[in-house]
Amino acid sequence: MEPYDLFEYDVLIIGAGGAGLRAAISAREAGCNVGVICKSLLGKAHTVMAEGGVAAALGNMTSLDGSKEPDNWQVHFVDTMKGGGFLNNWRTVEIFAKEAPERVLELEQYGAVFDRTPEGKIAQRPFGGHKYRRLNHVGDRTGLELIRTLQDKAVGVGMNVHMEVVLTKLLKEGDRVVGGFGYYRETGKLVVFRAKAIVMATGGWGRMFKYTSNSWEGTGDGLMMGYAAGAELLDLEMVQFHPTGMVWPPGMRGILVTEGVRGEGGILRNSKGERFMFNPDYTPALYKGQFAETPEEAARWLDDKKNNRRPPELLPRDVVARAIYREVEAGRGSEHGGVYLDVTHRGAAYIKRKLPSMYEQFHALGNVDITKEPMEVYPTIHYTMGGIRVTPEECASTVPGLFAAGEVAGGLHGANRLGGNSLSDIIVFGKRAGDAAAAFAKQTTLGNIDESQITEELALLMSPLVDKGGESPYAIHQDLQEEMQKNCMIARTEEGLNHALEAILSLQQRAKHLSIGGDRRFNPGWHAARDVRFMLRTSEIIVRCALQRKESRGAQWRLDYPKLDNEHWGKFNLVAWKNGEQAQIEARPLDPLPDRLQALVEEQK
Amino acid sequence: MADTIILKVYRGDAEGGELHTYEVPKSPHMVVLDAIHHIQRNQEPSLACRWNCKAAKCGSCSAEINGMPRLMCKAQVDDYAGGEIIVTPMHTFPIIKDLVTDVSWNYRVSSKIPPLVPKPEYADKPFNLQQIDVDRVQEFRKCIECFLCQDVCHVLREHQRTDGFFGPRQMVKIASLEMHPMDNLNRREQLKNEGGVGFCNITKCCTEVCPEHIHITDNAIIPLKERVADDYFDPVQGLLRKIGIIKRERKQPLDSVPNEQTKIHRPV
Ligand SMILES: Cc1cc2nc3c(=O)[nH]c(=O)nc-3n(C[C@H](O)[C@H](O)[C@H](O)COP(=O)(O)OP(=O)(O)OC[C@H]3O[C@@H](n4cnc5c(N)ncnc54)[C@H](O)[C@@H]3O)c2cc1C
Ligand code: SF4
Ligand code: SF4
Ligand code: FES
Repeated sequence: MEPYDLFEYDVLIIGAGGAGLRAAISAREAGCNVGVICKSLLGKAHTVMAEGGVAAALGNMTSLDGSKEPDNWQVHFVDTMKGGGFLNNWRTVEIFAKEAPERVLELEQYGAVFDRTPEGKIAQRPFGGHKYRRLNHVGDRTGLELIRTLQDKAVGVGMNVHMEVVLTKLLKEGDRVVGGFGYYRETGKLVVFRAKAIVMATGGWGRMFKYTSNSWEGTGDGLMMGYAAGAELLDLEMVQFHPTGMVWPPGMRGILVTEGVRGEGGILRNSKGERFMFNPDYTPALYKGQFAETPEEAARWLDDKKNNRRPPELLPRDVVARAIYREVEAGRGSEHGGVYLDVTHRGAAYIKRKLPSMYEQFHALGNVDITKEPMEVYPTIHYTMGGIRVTPEECASTVPGLFAAGEVAGGLHGANRLGGNSLSDIIVFGKRAGDAAAAFAKQTTLGNIDESQITEELALLMSPLVDKGGESPYAIHQDLQEEMQKNCMIARTEEGLNHALEAILSLQQRAKHLSIGGDRRFNPGWHAARDVRFMLRTSEIIVRCALQRKESRGAQWRLDYPKLDNEHWGKFNLVAWKNGEQAQIEARPLDPLPDRLQALVEEQK
Repeated sequence: MADTIILKVYRGDAEGGELHTYEVPKSPHMVVLDAIHHIQRNQEPSLACRWNCKAAKCGSCSAEINGMPRLMCKAQVDDYAGGEIIVTPMHTFPIIKDLVTDVSWNYRVSSKIPPLVPKPEYADKPFNLQQIDVDRVQEFRKCIECFLCQDVCHVLREHQRTDGFFGPRQMVKIASLEMHPMDNLNRREQLKNEGGVGFCNITKCCTEVCPEHIHITDNAIIPLKERVADDYFDPVQGLLRKIGIIKRERKQPLDSVPNEQTKIHRPV
């Protein structure tokens, strides 16, 4: 067999976004020898792109509905469960809501510099579905603050960093994972890691859709490596459409416009100038009466948050995305097929201070001055709620030795994630996964590497360079994106989904024969060939799950089953795992809310 | 073809290389990175470049366009209307392939700068800070580590003094800590010695290329130089300090925190 580099660690962390870096810090502080791998350079993961803020009930601001109580974990708990259509794992949400404030304050100790309130505390802004101003932020570049802080801290406590290394397979000994195999992007040479415990922190998967806020990294590698190793996956049908992606210019299509714009008072209008979010049909029953019902009240809210309700633009993401979709379908769209998002009424100085990176993004890249004219927006694929099924406390997957945290893990967000809850997710469960992996590593020794598992993966990896006359991976990727965009987007039907499934299965056949020119040194075409296979399998499971869930809930909107079905589907998660060459999918009963948490939900009805 | 643009892109590696010419269809408000992606997808899948956010937020897509260090995702094709567009890798760092260079030195240097160590009275307590206290530091923390400033700085570019000078990016990083109201580490000795702040002769080229518009020279490097000068070279201040007229804040020395030796691995 071709020689490979070998590294050995107590804890191996795959991914250097916020979740991976936070896990590295705690595993290191627990005394472990830690290795961290990422596909890009350090500090360039998706986390760096997050804008609006990190949600945690620090209680620094007054409520948005006149209540006198300061913010607390109980309200954050209920908001998150409601936002997720109650598909969330309640225990995961409870831990999350309780621990998020502590984790945010810890970031400050590590060096993060948040915006301040006049009292000298961390400033918090409103976001969709949060009852309080709860998003701790730094202008609209919160993710940069978070990743740089964690990066510097992790480097400070000591770790082994392997940048631009792509893992493609987990290696097993019996039931347990004992390592991983992959290649260096730079040289194309092979590398193997042996580890006592592994934390999967590879983030989400948006690249199989045509319009997405995700970078090239979001191809589902971690999810599929976990799946191939036998881990159970949860809620894969739940893919979040962020209501506001850019639509123009064409090269920027899909790039995110932060929800912070609406948090700062941004108004949505259709081509007729109507503020369509006031259309009562768009507000789901669960939220009736909690949002401003006239533009006048919404306008007063900007300066008086105590005595007025928040504008309906701040409904949860799935709700706003569907409304925009409907407006455009009804022929009330903007010039380039979106709707208008307008913050000009907040004044140039305020906009530049609170939304500097949005101002710059539109100004430098779209030739639009958002202090003077509205933006054009349309939903973009943004986030994946589903993921590897893990235990709430230890972030342990169903495979011994394999932990998962951050966007690649499932369970916290249910059917729809609230904005800001991901940045707190990655620090809360990044820490827990690091702690648990360290504890696991201390109880065990390094396993043995079985080279036959490598040989198999190696053959697949190398085939596009060896095979002649096959297709380009870019062509297959493009066809997949078109299909997913058309038939697995916001509005789904049985017919469309079946079409998508057939298309994916035939693309999988085509993908068996790929060819790419050039050699193994930093060859993006060759890398794309492996990525597209991960994406095809991930897409297949997304579509199969979307077909099974015959109801509309959160991100899953079935035109043929438009109702929320609490009697049946509200009681089940969809769980998928690898059974031979097939994906087995099962409706698994949810663990019902215990009385003490049910009481919280009733209280806040 | 209706409307196209011509791009000359460097293809090569450590052994050498040359400019290749590509013709790409033009779309409204197209940026150079769009053109590079078009070449990858339709003409040369093996053309190497780095990118992530495509929105000037991650600092991955650094290169030189007509000799100027820029982010490819922020460089509008229209800016070069009628003229040539020549895309080459950053000059200061060793080339790996095409537009990709080995920037790992920056990460190794950065790892020598310890993170914030909070003042004892604020350890494990929420900070009480006013916005005006943090405005200055927040400017430095906008840095996206694109390393364009490192690329343009003549100390590194022409004189290759990577052994003596940390470079403007790391000066910005040290400034963000040195001027952090809660930091308790004395960073000035590192600045003066290992960091080599004295190498900078204030040409301001770094400030000009910074895509985040950080006033690297005026707001970071010059104040840092002044602090070092006060500490080490001003006899009057030194005397006043000695007899206790000027009270210097007592910060703990840099070597009082353990240096944990993070290792940035590179493929061999
Ligand atoms: C534009 C944008 C704006 C956002 N804004 C917000 C916001 O305001 N608030 C909020 O809460 N959330 C926001 N989010 C969501 C949030 O940023 C992400 O969900 C979160 O950062 C994910 O963190 P992570 O650590 O799980 O993964 P990521 O940050 O995605 O990191 C994944 C890591 O895994 C590595 N990796 C992947 N595959 C492999 C492989 N095969 N081998 C080796 N390494 C691999 C990658 O290189 C990377 O280092 C936003 C997301 C985007 C895209
Ligand atoms: S001002 Fe100093 S750091 Fe900046 S480019 Fe000139 S010499 Fe280099
Ligand atoms: S200081 Fe500016 S130019 Fe230098 S690395 Fe940071 S963002 Fe880039
Ligand atoms: S791709 Fe992120 S800065 Fe250009």
